[in-house]
Amino acid sequence: MKKTVFLGTLAVAGLAASIASAQSTLEQVQGAGVLRCGSNEGLAGFAAPDANGVWSGFDVSLCRAIATAVLGDPQAVEFVPLTSQTRFTALAAGEVDVLVRNSTWTFSRDTDLGLDFQGVNYYDGQGFMVSTSLGVASATELDGATVCIQTGTTTELNLADFFRVNNMSYEPVPVATNAEGQQQYLAGACDVYTTDVSGLAASRATFENASEHVILPEIVSKEPLGPVVRHGDNLWGDIVYWTLHGLIAAEEYGITSANVRELASAPTDNPEINRMLGTEGELGAMIGLSNDWLVNVIAAVGNYGEIFEQNIGENTPVGLARGLNAQWTDGGLLYAPPFR
Amino acid sequence: MADITDPPRESFRLSQLLYDARYRSLTIQVVAAILIMLVLVELVDNTVTNLAALGKDIGFGFLWTTAGYDINQQLIPFSSQDTHARAALVGILNTLLVAFLGCILATVIGVLAGVLRLSNNWLVARIMTVYVEAMRNTPLLIWILIVFAVMTEATPQPREFREGGSASMLLWESVAISNRGVYIPRPIWGEGSGLVVAIFLASIVGIFALRRYARLRQAKTGQQLPVLWMSVGLFFVPAILAYFVMGRPVTLEYPELGGFNFTGGIQVRNSFIALWLALSLYTSAFIAEIVRAGILAVSKGQTEAAFALGIQPNRTMQLIILPQALRVIVPPLISQYLNLTKNSSLAIAVGYMDVRSTLGGITINQTGRELEGMLLLGLFYLITSLVISAMMNFYNSSVKLKER
Ligand SMILES: N[C@@H](CCC(=O)N[C@@H](CS)C(=O)NCC(=O)O)C(=O)O
Repeated sequence: MKKTVFLGTLAVAGLAASIASAQSTLEQVQGAGVLRCGSNEGLAGFAAPDANGVWSGFDVSLCRAIATAVLGDPQAVEFVPLTSQTRFTALAAGEVDVLVRNSTWTFSRDTDLGLDFQGVNYYDGQGFMVSTSLGVASATELDGATVCIQTGTTTELNLADFFRVNNMSYEPVPVATNAEGQQQYLAGACDVYTTDVSGLAASRATFENASEHVILPEIVSKEPLGPVVRHGDNLWGDIVYWTLHGLIAAEEYGITSANVRELASAPTDNPEINRMLGTEGELGAMIGLSNDWLVNVIAAVGNYGEIFEQNIGENTPVGLARGLNAQWTDGGLLYAPPFR
Repeated sequence: MADITDPPRESFRLSQLLYDARYRSLTIQVVAAILIMLVLVELVDNTVTNLAALGKDIGFGFLWTTAGYDINQQLIPFSSQDTHARAALVGILNTLLVAFLGCILATVIGVLAGVLRLSNNWLVARIMTVYVEAMRNTPLLIWILIVFAVMTEATPQPREFREGGSASMLLWESVAISNRGVYIPRPIWGEGSGLVVAIFLASIVGIFALRRYARLRQAKTGQQLPVLWMSVGLFFVPAILAYFVMGRPVTLEYPELGGFNFTGGIQVRNSFIALWLALSLYTSAFIAEIVRAGILAVSKGQTEAAFALGIQPNRTMQLIILPQALRVIVPPLISQYLNLTKNSSLAIAVGYMDVRSTLGGITINQTGRELEGMLLLGLFYLITSLVISAMMNFYNSSVKLKER
């Protein structure tokens, strides 16, 4: 008798658990009133807390954009710093709702790890940084060098391939975080620091003598970095995808944080702008959001170009050129699908 | 006898399961066992369901796929084209290496510190107290990071060793201490070196035979042999003789600066040194306390009796106190060895490629097989711990009090 009761309780508990997990990510985030965003432990320009503990950066802005889209508040984000080793597990386990952490879109991550990449917010590639005093001009001169690498990254796999293909040997020094890597590199415990070029530039920007370090010309891999969600919740994936591409399209059509309210006040001559800003059609409702969701997003964080220039552009210490990350109309790879 | 009647046989009633002391414990055990099983079933079921919901299955096939990453310290050859299983093996060997050397060093330092803490010399005893308390009362991770920081920040870079640089090699240009590790000469085993090694091993066997013979002789005749000097002689003389007779087959390859790093010789990496020293120092503090407790457990009357017989203090320690103290020391020593082995998994903090860093770190990360990797890792530590305690228990039974 007792046992049946017990089993019954278990069954009910199990049912409750499965109901809880059946709740969609959107409902969960809106219920909690805060978006949990997996981010860096601190990479200048991409994601780092300032002296007051307020996070800012290129990746952070995307988190704030998503928070604005679903909660209407760019501050309603809880940033969860994750190492390269823990990030995907944390996302899969539901500790974060979305991961925006310099993560490369690869086949196995997208399929085997049960994750879904939602577009690319930065087209990158792996590079090498050395001290100018070494007198090295090319990555092919690095035979026998000691190289610092972050474990759990695509970087360490590319590195092994690059040296093997070029018949060179190296001594890997595995580090867990970017901060540790920088410290070892600056102490001279390794000759070379390798990671995504954007990460190298961001790290170098924080060095005391930035000019004493060069990033070698070779780019040895493709690193499309983008936001990641769990596989299976397609609506949530759509929201992340279209928020990112809303920012990209906004730049293409000249919608900025300064003029978005005005453009949204009445229909303009451009039907695409009208549909994006909700003065025409019902696009917001199709992804379960209010019709003016993009207006709020762009007003809060600016368009893609603004975010880029503010955090990592040529006038910031990180000083990255747009390069591949220019609009397709300017010869770059950014190409948002039509809002229709 | 016959007229004592058996108590009337009661028939068994269900309520007895609860109210009869004879059956109650059984009832409780059965219920507890069922509950535990149910929780386990629920856990496993939950895991499988949740993995399925994430679109993942459980499987160990990933072990046979290409690892794709490189490992710096390898006791067996490994390249990025080898499998994850081999990467795990490389990591296992690295774990065993640091655990084995750590246990040895921890025991040596621990016994010294434990004995010295009991010294009559006030200063020595106090210094040892400070040492033990400082080590015991700070987290191990901090010691690992401190040793590592000292090794990387306070030592010169390899290129400082260049002509005109600020650093130079030690011991007749044979050892270089740099911020990437300590480079020492590597022995090159030439033709005929096998014989030298065989003779050396034979003389070690000889030393044991000699000690046994000396003990038997002393028991029979009461005469002592100068065992120490004879052992030292046996240790060195035959091997050195053979070395010269065979025409010096073992040569040394010295580390030399080439390109970015030293080449040749053996590189003892800073990550290894930091982990090894920190593990040894930390564990030695606990061992010191165990040794001290073991010695104090031997009653003072034993020492006094020995002195009354005119036995010298250090012989008293060696022949009377330590053998008795060992009985108290060995069992807790086992758990210190187990602790050290398991603590070696902090290796990741300094990038030492132990099994936690290879199988439990990079492999898990690149394949997404957290559950399988962690299960294997747990299994490895479990087996290692069981083997260590089996060996130590065997030793324990050989030192424990033999009742005659
Ligand atoms: N894109 C690579 C590397 C990602 C990565 O770890 N990047 C570094 C430097 S670009 C980073 O974000 N480090 C910050 C940290 O350790 O907190 C990947 O996805 O595996």
